[in-house]
Amino acid sequence: MATRTIQLEIKRQASPDEPSVWERFEIEARPGMNITSALMEIAANPVTADGKPTTPVTYDSNCLEEICGSCAMRINGKARMACSALVENLEQPIKVEPLSKFPLVRDLQVDRGVLFENLKTVKAWVPIDGTYDLGAGPKQLPQQQEVNYPLSNCISCTCCMEVCPQFNEATGFVGAATIAQVRLFNNHPSGKVLKEERLRALAGDGGIQECGFAQNCVEACPKQLPLTTSISEVSRDVLVQQVKDLLTL
Amino acid sequence: MAAPKIIVVGGGLAGLAAVIKIAEAGGQVDLFSIVPVKRSHSVCAQGGINAAKNLKGEGDTTYKHFDDSIYGGDFLANQTPVKNMCEAAPGIIDLLDRMGVPFNRTPEGLLDFRRFGGTLYHRTAFAGATTGQQLLYALDEQVRRHESEGKVKKYEGWEFLSAILDSKGVCRGIVAMDLRTMEVRAFHADAIILATGGIGAIFGKSTNSVVCTGSAQSAVFQQGVAYANGEFIQVHPTSIPGEDKLRLMSESARGEGGRVWVPRTPGDKRAPKSIPETERFYFLEEWYPKYGNLVPRDIATRAIHRIVYKEGLGLDGQPMVYLDLSHIDSGTLDRKLGGILEIYEKFVGVDPRHEPMKIFPGMHYTMGGLWVDFNQMTNIPGIFAAGEAEYQYHGANRLGANSLVSCIYGGFVSGPNALAYAKSLPAMEGDGGAGAEIARQNELNQKLISNQGGENPFRLWRELGDTMTEHATVVRYNKGLLEADEKVVELLERYERVNLADKSAWANTSFAFARQLKNMLELARTITKGAYLRDESRGAHYKPDFPERNDEKFLKTSRASFTGSPDGPRIEWEAVDTQHITPRPRRYDSN
Repeated sequence: MATRTIQLEIKRQASPDEPSVWERFEIEARPGMNITSALMEIAANPVTADGKPTTPVTYDSNCLEEICGSCAMRINGKARMACSALVENLEQPIKVEPLSKFPLVRDLQVDRGVLFENLKTVKAWVPIDGTYDLGAGPKQLPQQQEVNYPLSNCISCTCCMEVCPQFNEATGFVGAATIAQVRLFNNHPSGKVLKEERLRALAGDGGIQECGFAQNCVEACPKQLPLTTSISEVSRDVLVQQVKDLLTL
Repeated sequence: MAAPKIIVVGGGLAGLAAVIKIAEAGGQVDLFSIVPVKRSHSVCAQGGINAAKNLKGEGDTTYKHFDDSIYGGDFLANQTPVKNMCEAAPGIIDLLDRMGVPFNRTPEGLLDFRRFGGTLYHRTAFAGATTGQQLLYALDEQVRRHESEGKVKKYEGWEFLSAILDSKGVCRGIVAMDLRTMEVRAFHADAIILATGGIGAIFGKSTNSVVCTGSAQSAVFQQGVAYANGEFIQVHPTSIPGEDKLRLMSESARGEGGRVWVPRTPGDKRAPKSIPETERFYFLEEWYPKYGNLVPRDIATRAIHRIVYKEGLGLDGQPMVYLDLSHIDSGTLDRKLGGILEIYEKFVGVDPRHEPMKIFPGMHYTMGGLWVDFNQMTNIPGIFAAGEAEYQYHGANRLGANSLVSCIYGGFVSGPNALAYAKSLPAMEGDGGAGAEIARQNELNQKLISNQGGENPFRLWRELGDTMTEHATVVRYNKGLLEADEKVVELLERYERVNLADKSAWANTSFAFARQLKNMLELARTITKGAYLRDESRGAHYKPDFPERNDEKFLKTSRASFTGSPDGPRIEWEAVDTQHITPRPRRYDSN
């Protein structure tokens, strides 16, 4: 039986200042193979399809089970996680590129630090009094948990930001992931103590009104977060807050 | 006097827990992590976290949690720290709840608890089947809050290379490498805490994340920190074999009623659903009627091995058995196990709500780790360790859902102790040894980058993984262990001829990997040598030639020290603290 092979085209860029080039690879197909295992295969034998020696591909990855959020990239034009991208479901040659909305580091690696900065801006935490023993937390009904748990599943992969037409330097839009976290913490019985501050942080330029309702985010999210619902809900709260703030001036 | 400066290496549960305690007590923390801390391996923990809250009216107590943990660990753990951990666990759950972890709830709004392996009580709090992710996020959020208040400085994308030791052998900081610029830099600290997680990469494929190489532990081991009980490796009974890794299928699947079985007829070709109950062999339930599918992991793993390799009952002749959830209604499954069902569906392409899953044991966890005292300090003053990187809480076999609690508890103990230590530390003389350590690291880097030869580090790594998995996991023979050790020595020798395809000085991941590989090889020898010398069977360490536990000779911690000689590490044996519970035979098939 002839060995089946996989054709990959990978966009390479040695550093932010150098031009990008496409390299073609041909590797042996194995059942259940995903994009990360194909990249590992290249590292063990860094030679292009034309037989030219090259370098192992630089990319972010860690858990390989779509829970750490590291390996987001564009695969056949679609922003998604490389670990859960099974080769047998992809049209070949498979085109692999870095996310386009974030500063490039090298090859498929980009800097997504902006999301973590945004989470600071909206104070995405419960401001507990301290870690000493203060007894049980507030009671919460299962219905409440069932709303909050999916929001807390965000893996910070930034796919929702990559696909958003409004997420760019001109608008400075925070993006859907951050807005969903605002909803999560505003829902929490004691996290809501910072609700007003969070809503104000989303009120100005780059805030929630930049959303153009393209709804790409909710489709791209690998964890099926209710992103558009969250944006609508938080939008309403921001408006109410703005009116309140206006009246108390 | 300036506030003491503490460096925490590793941003998983243990590291973040330590950071929070130090920041809260007014200390200054620098936090180093290879990945953004929110992407640490703790996110992979699924099933839950143990604490005897006794919210189900079963009469559970922290003492029973303690007894289950010691018994589950086959009496090898020092008992006092385990007792303290179990007593602290209910408070830790309350704290996590206050931080906003979306734990599953009872109808009354209280925390829900489920069953897990090695206990008869509902003792495991959970957030769906992504509990580790939810816990890590809660701690990450608290650290972000401290960071925004200026109490914590994060160095994400930096790799720990070594500790800085002064002329008296006291730790004065670390040397780390920026994984983008490849710059090597010294960072001063009055104490450091290594919370650098597991060592799965030594076994090639495991349930661990890519960063779990054990490189940091090995680096300080080679600088003189002792490594304890390295031979105790947990092979999780239920993982999904894959091309790039073994994906965990949580014990919570069995905690919620999942059943492990094979067809009674070898090579039965029928679809699993069409095989009648009478022709199914629920071997765990039959062999272990009291605990059934919830026997501890070492027991379940050996049972699956026996079914596959001795009884020849693996599915379709392959090394696999069924883990069946299809008798449970889909709504319950989604609410309690959603995250793991999604993993199986995405990576295997089959819906486990309707079809039994095919699983096999996979390397999962190291019970062994850096030797620490009851204050979490290693034998080098100023170097502390917490989490999976140290050896203290799990003895010869860890119970499911005890890892999350041991990580957080170990972090909570190490943080304040490191701070207290730092406050009484005499001032540093000169640069504390920083210059010499930087020079040593730069020399190693220079040698690696200019090396000529024919070896590829990724291929050497595969060979390491293959030999360790074959000889140093579920079933061990002295002959095989010697063979594995010889293989590691051969790989160490070939490592000298590693020739990197990438010699650039920008985001060079294979360079960083090659540095880790050397450390993996050195640490592998503590596993093979400890296993070779321990001629008994205890917990996860099983030798058919020595099938019984031998308390007289081996109720002892193995303590490995680096020698630098070709003979490998020196192993000494240290008495175990058994002051609370007298060791008794460990049997799960009767009681």
